[in-house]
This record gives sequence, structure tokens and C-alpha cells, in this order.
Amino acid sequence: MSTEAEAKRAVVDFATDWDHTDPTWVHDPYPIWEDLRERCPVAHTDRYAGGWFPTTHEMVSEIANDTEHFTSRMVVVTNNKFPPNAPPAPMGGAPPITSDPPFHRFARRLILPAFAPGPVNALEGQVRALCTKHLDALGDAKEFDAGSKYAQYISPGVIAKMLGFPEADEDLFRDFVHLVLDLVDLAPEERGPLFLPMAEYFNAQIEEHVARPREDFTSYLLNVEIDGKKLSLEHVRGTMVLTLVAGIDTTWSAIGSAIWHLAQHPEDRARLVHEPELLPVAIEEFLRYYAPVTMARLVKEDLDFHGCSMKKDDWVLVGFPAANRDPMVFKDADKFIIDRAVNRHAAFGLGIHRCVGSNLARMELRVAVEEFIQRYPQFELADPSGVTWAPGQVRGPRAIPLRVLA
Amino acid sequence: MKVVIDAELCQGQGRCFSIAPSIFDFDDLGSGFVIGDGTLSPETMDLARLAQANCPEHAIFIEESP
Ligand code: HEM
Repeated sequence: MSTEAEAKRAVVDFATDWDHTDPTWVHDPYPIWEDLRERCPVAHTDRYAGGWFPTTHEMVSEIANDTEHFTSRMVVVTNNKFPPNAPPAPMGGAPPITSDPPFHRFARRLILPAFAPGPVNALEGQVRALCTKHLDALGDAKEFDAGSKYAQYISPGVIAKMLGFPEADEDLFRDFVHLVLDLVDLAPEERGPLFLPMAEYFNAQIEEHVARPREDFTSYLLNVEIDGKKLSLEHVRGTMVLTLVAGIDTTWSAIGSAIWHLAQHPEDRARLVHEPELLPVAIEEFLRYYAPVTMARLVKEDLDFHGCSMKKDDWVLVGFPAANRDPMVFKDADKFIIDRAVNRHAAFGLGIHRCVGSNLARMELRVAVEEFIQRYPQFELADPSGVTWAPGQVRGPRAIPLRVLA
Repeated sequence: MKVVIDAELCQGQGRCFSIAPSIFDFDDLGSGFVIGDGTLSPETMDLARLAQANCPEHAIFIEESP
């Protein structure tokens, strides 16, 4: 943990002073959200220059679907609302996630075909091979960290190939993701310069692809023509960064949470081992119960939201994971039910920004869990206190010390 | 009875065609659509209802056939 984080003022009441990087929240946010849902249900903070956190499914859905009052221009809460060089609305820095209508539709349609079920299903063999490679590398180890030795490797490999980046650069990708999503509570003048190496890396990749076009997503973005016009380089770079950041630790977190859960619930593990056909249903429950992704919006103009006087440029943390635990929408919302048949979860968001990568994420999660339990039908946590969680808006276990049984 | 997808509401969450591939398919953008004219038989009704109950965008409707 950085000295910055250690020096932070601890939260006493999340209702009036929430902080999603507070150690209590990072360790286990669910009791906090439940308490806020009953008490508020919209929490406020003066941190990060002011923000709100609605905790009911209804409100999360309302905000996600209201692009008139809430802008996606910035979707990661930091102390730096308007970085001086950030591309302005309606594109934002990472289209389409930072784009608002009508530009959003244009930026989204461009990339949807690459992530539709057809092309994604064609990648299943590649994902399976990646999983087996990393399982093979574990040899006969009886104790290992399933986070750093398995979960973290699956999605970067897929994304690197898709973008046409060298697989050997995987460690760099994790650094980039860590910077964008975890190191959020730094002062602007501290955070800004950290982005330079990332910008340089992407520029170099773009140059390389301009010089030597190939069959990958980067070349597609560079060459696609809409009404006879190519995309601006800013647009191309923004979408590349988004694909890398959105495609890596989200799925890594989902895979990690599933393994962490199965390590502690032998009955669920046994069912998946003996009824592999249950996996697609179980995957949706993993996604509901351990939804990894929370996104943000900025308030466009002063607004009364269910009695909260939101001010222009306030943050709104859109808690899809909190919505997924709302008892008004889910029966036994706080219980993990591996064969939950009716499961209208919002793990991939709601409305026009629905995760473009959802088909890919589901496939990676299913294959990664399937391969893992086939190799290790029985395992448990070797050291429950050694499990660590990513801070910020993408939640998942980073270290998962496991012991293989039998 | 007939099942329909409201294309305005559909965001391509992908639940319908995974749950009921005999009733729903997906297009090049990953949006769901109903195969054929959507007429449901007593055998396919439950599956269609299950898909409906899992659509996060509430985009699936089951209507009386005209
Ligand atoms: C389990 C894994 C994942 C989860 C839970 C997840 C979740 C989400 C959520 C909640 C949103 C909505 C953001 C908002 O409303 O502001 C989103 C958007 C997005 N995700 Fe994912 N994601 C995952 C994996 C991926 C992968 C693998 C990719 C691609 C490689 C990806 C690419 C995107 C993109 C491009 C958007 C922006 C869509 C738009 O703005 O129209 N995601 N994701």
C-alpha cells in the first residue's frame, strides 16, 4: 500500500463520508452497502471534491439509463475531475465508455462486431490453451497463490492477442491497469505524470501498426472508415486504452472471486465438478454476487435526485455490485445460490453502456473455472488472512493462497 | 402467445440467446432477436418466460397472438 493510502483519514460514517478505497470497504463492502441501503439509501462524501453513492437497484438503474442528467465523461472517481489534456465530451478520453449520446452510439457500434458472440466463441480454444498452460506451470505444487499464478494471467493474454501487443508486455499492462483503477486517491500533480509511460507505450504500438498493419483490433481501429473518414488518433488510442483496461482486471477479478468462493464452499465445488452443465447458470450467480465493476458518472447540472441536492460536477458512484445485492430485486439477495435460475443481475451495467466485453468475459470466466476445477477438484484456502483485495472501483482478490486437497 | 424483443430496450446483454437458443438468436452487433415469428408452443412457453425473467433490460415481452 502506498504511503498516501496509509496516511488517509479513516472513514467513521460511510453515509456522510464514503470512500471506496477505505480499507474497511476494500476488505468487505457488502455490510456497508446493506447498512446504507437501509439507512439512506443515497450516501454522500466530500472526498474526491464531492460525490454520491446510491445503493438500491432502482436508483442505479435510473442513473445508468439517464444520460440527460448524468454524463459518462469521467467514469473513474479520482481527485482529478478534469485533467487538463483530457479530450472533452461527447467523446471523452476512452470512447465509448466516456462518451455521451449521440456520439456514444457511433463509438460503440464500431466495436460491437468484434465482441459479438460469433468472434468471441471462436476464441474459446485460445482461452482454454492459456488456462492449461498456466495450470501446467503449477506442476505438483500443493500450495500456491491462485491470484498471481492463475487468475491474473488469463485476460491479459487474450487482450494482448486481440490488440496485437506482444504477450511479453503483460506485466506492463497490469501496471497500467493498476495506475488507472487503483491509484485513484493521489493528488492530481502526483497522478498526472504517472500516465506518461502508458501514453508512450500506446503511441509506439500505434506507430508499429501504422507501419505494419495486420489482422487485429488495433489495425481495425486505425483503418476503419465511416462515411469515408477514418477515426481520429485520439479516438483510436482512447478505445485501445479502454479495451486494455476494461478487459484485464475486470475478468481477472471475476475469475479470482469465483475461485475464492469455491475454495470455501466444497458443496458448490462438488456440484460444479459433477454437473458441469450447471456452469453457465453458476457463472451468472458468480457475476451477481461478486460483481467486480462499479462505474461513475458526473452530474451535468444541479439536480434534485430523490431529495438529494446534487450539484453540477458531483461524482455519482454507480454501484452495479450494490444493486445486485438489493433484496427488493433478488430473493435471498445476500445468499449465493449456485443454481439461481432467475437472475436479472446488473454486473455488466444497464442501458446504453452495457459492457461491450460481456460475451468475452463470460466465456473467459466459464473456461477458467472449468479448467481449474477439472485440474483441482478439491482445494481450500491455505491462509484466509493472506487474501488481499483490489481497492477502488474494480473489486476482486489479488492474492488467493490455496492448498490442494487429496 | 408470441414472444418479442423490444429492439429499443435491448442492449445485447446476451441472456436470452444463452438461456433459450431455440427461441432467440443474436445479430452481428450482439443484439438478441426472436427466431421466426415468435409463436410459442406450450413446450417453449416456460423457456421464453425464463429468458424474460433474466433480461436485465426488461426488453422481452410475451403477448397474446392477434
Ligand atoms: C467480468 C468482467 C467484466 C465486467 C464485470 C465488466 C463490467 C462492465 C460494466 C459494469 C460496464 C458499464 C460501464 C458504465 O455503465 O459506465 C462495462 C463497460 C464496458 N466494458 Fe466491461 N466488464 C467486464 C469485462 C470486459 C471485457 C473483457 C472487455 C473487453 C475486452 C470489456 C469492455 C468494456 C467496454 C468497451 C465498455 C464500455 C461500453 C460502452 O460504454 O458502451 N469489459 N463493463
